[in-house]
Amino acid sequence: MIMSGEELSSQGRSSAFVVSARQRKWQKISKTAGESTLLLIASFVAIIVFFIFFFVTRDAVPYFQIRGFKEFFTSTNWYPADDPPGFGALAIIYGSLMVTVGSALIAIPMGITAAICLSDVIPFSVRQYVKPVIEMLAAIPSVAFGFFALVILAPLLQNFGGTILMWTWWVIVSPFLLLAIIVASELLSAKVSDEKKRKRLHTFLSVVLGIIALGLLFFVGNKLQRIEILTGTNALNVSIILSFMALPTIVSVSEDALQAVGRDLREGSYALGATRAETIVKTILPAASSGILAAVILGIMRALGETMVVWMASGNSSHIPSPWFNYLESVRTLTATIAGDMGEADQVTGSARFHVLFAMGLLLLVISFICNFISERIIVRQRKVLSGQ
Amino acid sequence: MKLFGKILFSAAMFGCLASGNVMAAGNKLVLDGSTTVGPIAKAFASHFTKDTGVQVTVSESGSGNGAKSLINKTCDIADMSRPMKDNELEAARSKGVNPVEHVVALDGLAMVVHPSNRVNALSKSQIRGIYMGKYTNWSQLGGPNAPIIMIQRESNSGTQDSFKELVMGKDNPISKRTETQASNGAIKSRVASTPSAIGFIGLGFVDNSVKALLVEGVEPDAKTVKNSTYPLHRPLFMYTNGQATGIVKQFIDLPKTAEGKKIISEIGFVNYY
Repeated sequence: MIMSGEELSSQGRSSAFVVSARQRKWQKISKTAGESTLLLIASFVAIIVFFIFFFVTRDAVPYFQIRGFKEFFTSTNWYPADDPPGFGALAIIYGSLMVTVGSALIAIPMGITAAICLSDVIPFSVRQYVKPVIEMLAAIPSVAFGFFALVILAPLLQNFGGTILMWTWWVIVSPFLLLAIIVASELLSAKVSDEKKRKRLHTFLSVVLGIIALGLLFFVGNKLQRIEILTGTNALNVSIILSFMALPTIVSVSEDALQAVGRDLREGSYALGATRAETIVKTILPAASSGILAAVILGIMRALGETMVVWMASGNSSHIPSPWFNYLESVRTLTATIAGDMGEADQVTGSARFHVLFAMGLLLLVISFICNFISERIIVRQRKVLSGQ
Repeated sequence: MKLFGKILFSAAMFGCLASGNVMAAGNKLVLDGSTTVGPIAKAFASHFTKDTGVQVTVSESGSGNGAKSLINKTCDIADMSRPMKDNELEAARSKGVNPVEHVVALDGLAMVVHPSNRVNALSKSQIRGIYMGKYTNWSQLGGPNAPIIMIQRESNSGTQDSFKELVMGKDNPISKRTETQASNGAIKSRVASTPSAIGFIGLGFVDNSVKALLVEGVEPDAKTVKNSTYPLHRPLFMYTNGQATGIVKQFIDLPKTAEGKKIISEIGFVNYY
């Protein structure tokens, strides 16, 4: 019980700090009630996770009892509604992996680059505005992304697919090639001791390598432009959209990790004479690496678990593309299959058909639990490293 | 002791929360099921609400889900674009539900392609060949040199079941390369934006953005569906639990009234009565 000085003096000294038995009882009861409410709510959240795991497993096990493991993991015949049915999920598992890997390939380089830019390149005042905008991407509902993928991106890929691929190739590869030419001609001409000869060799090498690089750019670009994308609802479309959805997580978490590296390390690096680029690449990135890895895993999990976009824009054809890396064919994922086939598969009407969806759900749960566990471990390790233990 | 007290208190509170019951209100109708029957149900619903003041909720989750809702007693009327299957009837009876079938309208299954496609007509066996993966290029069917993109509905769609029954037959699985879309509208928009695609949608959904093919030389329209010359036609159903009475009966009898007939032909379906 807390009382102000005035109250104290008015009540007199004897009763000021003495709490009556009744009051003490009430205090105890209200304390217990308050703490119980908090415990109830906190444990409720934890219990939900256990319940989900329990019920999904309970309904997944009968499938394997009825049909065994072999068909599910090795066959690509997904005909759940036919008679006799086929429950081969290999193509579907492969489709899930394919779009996850595809989106990771786009989102990881973009996300880490954006995080570095936010934390170490642009001024702090600009960052204050840019970061919330990037994080706003996470607030866009997935069905809106799906609508965009189906109605805008899919026809765009069909009509201008080759041109889009060509420009992507140019934009991504030309800076790297330019850098490679500069470094290579510098290194190759460094051995010549005569100043004049070296300069001449350097110019010659730059020109020759430049021509080769331009030829490569044009040759591959031309090939890419001739590719005709038959169906816009394909693995590439989904990978692009999923990477946008994973980006805010990756940017935000890795930026936090980069910020957590601290000013002392940065200034120490500058004091040793390192440039800003050297500081970023050789000091800050290694120090924040485990945090960035955790960010990447969180982003990948976002892509793996996404349903709506995949269901709308992947095309949902349950076959393994040929060749296996062909991102321009449509695929089917675990999440989309669960969403799409749930309706017909009533507990009462079709048993194996009902339980196979839970088997898929269990598979997804297990994968994301493993990812979550790994990222948790990594974050703990980083905290230890940063606190200097 | 302290922790035990807390847990006991928590359990008591949880019990209080759990025992609160959800009460159902009386003067309303709930419809669930086929996305094909959906437009009819929705048009009926707004007409019915205007006339009688009864609130009507229409969900479109596929025929299979409609049957499931009726079996689980979460809807009054199940919209279905296929008859109930034996195992569904069995499940219904085991839960004390007695599904009664009502035909509301007739529908043709239109095979649609992109308007730019030169192909105008296909036979049933050609369509079957396309969906089995036997024909992979439009040039094999007199069209342009472009690979065929087949589009189907998801497995809980009544339209999908009708297609399998009317075209594919029992022992001809649909090719694994076939893409899947979740509604008539989604198939239409995919076909409208994909030059080499083929799909199937309810007759009521056909418009200028896609081209409906002649099947066995017959054009799909209200007349050919009504007199059964168009091969891909089917009845559309509403199922009730037991013989319809009261507002349910009033609703289910709408297709027999002049107003109801007008609504059905306005949204592109064919009158049964």
